[in-house]
Amino acid sequence: MGFTDFVCFKALIPELKATDRDGAIEELVSALDKAGRIGKGNCEEITKAVIKREKEASTGMGKGIAVPHVKHGAVKDIVASIGVSSAGIDFAALDKQPVYSVILLISPLDNPDKHLQTMEHVFKHLQQEKFRKFLRQSQTAEQIEFLLREADENPQL
Amino acid sequence: MQTEKDSPQRVVCEASVEIKNADGLHMRPAMQFVDIANQFECDINVSNDENTVDGKSIMQMSMLAATCGTKLKIKAEGADAKEAVDALRELVVEKHFDEPTPKKKNRKSKAKDLKQ
Repeated sequence: MGFTDFVCFKALIPELKATDRDGAIEELVSALDKAGRIGKGNCEEITKAVIKREKEASTGMGKGIAVPHVKHGAVKDIVASIGVSSAGIDFAALDKQPVYSVILLISPLDNPDKHLQTMEHVFKHLQQEKFRKFLRQSQTAEQIEFLLREADENPQL
Repeated sequence: MQTEKDSPQRVVCEASVEIKNADGLHMRPAMQFVDIANQFECDINVSNDENTVDGKSIMQMSMLAATCGTKLKIKAEGADAKEAVDALRELVVEKHFDEPTPKKKNRKSKAKDLKQ
């Protein structure tokens, strides 16, 4: 399991235009939609579902990161997009601080174990200060992709 | 469950629990766990076969990737260790995070009893 297995590199957003939570989620879901990863005509519904889930309990876990996610029948395998905001976004995070890196995950309905394994991989790296810092400082999609490929090679990153 | 008293203030308490809900320890259950853990003063560690993490940290708990059927060890140390382990064990084993258990291989009537 590595980032290359579930992150859609065509849906990386090095500078989110949105300045609020719902806008950021919309941008990231749209990026997956444009990359053709969530089927046709599901963009709006998935966006709403992610926002609804986020309202139930924030996935802003502190340290400037949020991991909004939802299960949806539109995907057969788990897929993720990643957005970075230099200004910071209010995600109603647990530590009440702004969020600078957003990792959006869409999981299929019937594979809870894979969802957990993916989360494990994401948090293993997000725990590392170096990884968080590099992600936040990324200015191009290429830099984010490079970081993720690097992280897959090096568990310490 | 084992309880040993090192001193009146320092209680060590452990319990082994199995994840029973079908979706496993995903973010919402992990948050419930961390919320309860944080109501206690004692230190709380949670281990699977490979890792031991801080039971009060949502990010660390999410790293356990505890699927349905995974066995975890909860270890608490501090004055209120026993109360903490009791509360967490109840959440994981008896309430299974207020979530459904697997439909297939249903663990007999236990899940039904709790729902009704």
